[in-house]
Amino acid sequence: MKRAAARTVLLVELAHARSGDKGDTANVGLIARKPEYYPLLVRQVTAARVARHFKGMITGPVQRYELPNLHALNFLLHGALDGGGTISLKTDAQGKVFSTALLRMPVRVMR
Amino acid sequence: MSRPIRIAAGQGFWGDWLEAPHRQVTGGPIDYLMMDYLAEVTMSIMQKQKSRDPSLGYAKDFVPLMERILPVLAERRIKVTANAGGVNPRACAQAIAESARRLGLAGKLTIGVVTGDDLLPRLDDLLVRGHELRNLDTGRPLRDVRDRVQAANAYLGAAPVVEALRRGADIVITGRVTDTGLTLGPMIHAFGWPADAWDLLAAGTVAGHIIECGAQCSGGNCLVGWQRVPDLANVGYPIVEAHGDGSFDIVKHPRTGGRISVAGVTEQLVYEMGNPAEYITPDCVADFTTIQLRPAGKDRVRVSGVRGRPAPDNLKISLAYSYGYKAVGTLVYAWPEALKKARAADRILRQRLADLGLQFEAILTEFVGVNATHGPLARSVDEANIPEVQLRIGVRARDRAPVERFTREIAPLILNGPPSVTGFAGGRPKPEEIVAYWPALIDKREVEPCVERVDV
Repeated sequence: MKRAAARTVLLVELAHARSGDKGDTANVGLIARKPEYYPLLVRQVTAARVARHFKGMITGPVQRYELPNLHALNFLLHGALDGGGTISLKTDAQGKVFSTALLRMPVRVMR
Repeated sequence: MSRPIRIAAGQGFWGDWLEAPHRQVTGGPIDYLMMDYLAEVTMSIMQKQKSRDPSLGYAKDFVPLMERILPVLAERRIKVTANAGGVNPRACAQAIAESARRLGLAGKLTIGVVTGDDLLPRLDDLLVRGHELRNLDTGRPLRDVRDRVQAANAYLGAAPVVEALRRGADIVITGRVTDTGLTLGPMIHAFGWPADAWDLLAAGTVAGHIIECGAQCSGGNCLVGWQRVPDLANVGYPIVEAHGDGSFDIVKHPRTGGRISVAGVTEQLVYEMGNPAEYITPDCVADFTTIQLRPAGKDRVRVSGVRGRPAPDNLKISLAYSYGYKAVGTLVYAWPEALKKARAADRILRQRLADLGLQFEAILTEFVGVNATHGPLARSVDEANIPEVQLRIGVRARDRAPVERFTREIAPLILNGPPSVTGFAGGRPKPEEIVAYWPALIDKREVEPCVERVDV
């Protein structure tokens, strides 16, 4: 039997996202573009992998929550915003586009 | 069964599109207009304004905005819920009442005022009685910064909004009422939902969350298919069409731009989300993992299935305290070697700051166009050929003096640093006071919402 070959794509092809802030924590809601992509997100976009993806950009841990009803995952990226809110010196002090940075993550899909 | 009610979002934040409320009240039938004004540190800005002039301390541009729509509100019997009152809801109500009288609406409108959220006058009493008001993020007790506190407000829920509506208010003006309470309140009032109908209260809370950011759920700031969102220039702000059984549709007026889709509503649902199973408000705990969405026609999304639980015994309070100062300076460097020049300017500036002996809590450099938003993840930048780079450097300190001195070190680089630099027409950056946010919890029995009536 011939095995289906896998290829690597960027997450942006499989998901869209929106992010916001709570203090020094950015949240990224990651939403499957099609319901059938959701299991792949659950398998591959783990909290540990997201923490590695953002290495050097966040100082705290990453938490992940699942919303199977919305085919979405919610990530909390702690220590992401240089103090957050009014304290932060960052352009993206409110984490508004952290979502798009997550969408750069490579994932493996079957061809 | 009672007929559905239509609650329209008019403002998603203080500074939102001034045209939206007028379009919402004239573009088709609605029963309520909901306007959210208060972000986390807005209260401290308002507190400062009030300390300079006791008749201020609310969203001032709410008054001309309302003046424009008051005749329509009165004619069509549309009610308003808005937390534009800030730290001075009574003064805000008086200003609206005066506008209404000027427009010949005396006797035709009643204003409800919700107060009781302001804890600043009682802060020392609370601390003396053992409330530590520890920072929810850092765990520090409030006494560490007590002398620098500028505002302290409890988040009130829908209950006082409902009470104001029950007493006949056409316009409910509040202080720190939750964004979601402004939408849930009208539903409780219209449908007579009991105080322990947790699933219904959670449904109304979810509805409030979906529309609290205005057009952000109707096609604005929507990543999925953003180039295909029609006519954003004419974007329709969202409307909740709510039923007594807790189900509701998200819609918008006909002949408006934007898009109401499952994908767009989902983006808004996950916005500023923590643990989705417990979205905590003063009214209930909503479980976002129970929400069911489905398309129900053009620009119509049906929301159902929401489950809720009782609210905790504590209320969240938001305090604002003076943290220090910051300033951000920018310069633009042009090709060739734009990024190298910007990097060199950054090194030179940092050396000069160090040589001056200036102490900062933080210095942050970003190269806008290269790494400001995606940091090291943005690897595909063509550094050699990039046409320009903006050097953006910010400093933060507890004292104003080093920040002030920093602001004078930017412009000299134009003539005494790397070449091909421009983009400084805005002049010297200004030191800005940092008023920081301090979230804490308090026993809800310590907070007594108060509802007053102002007749026009």
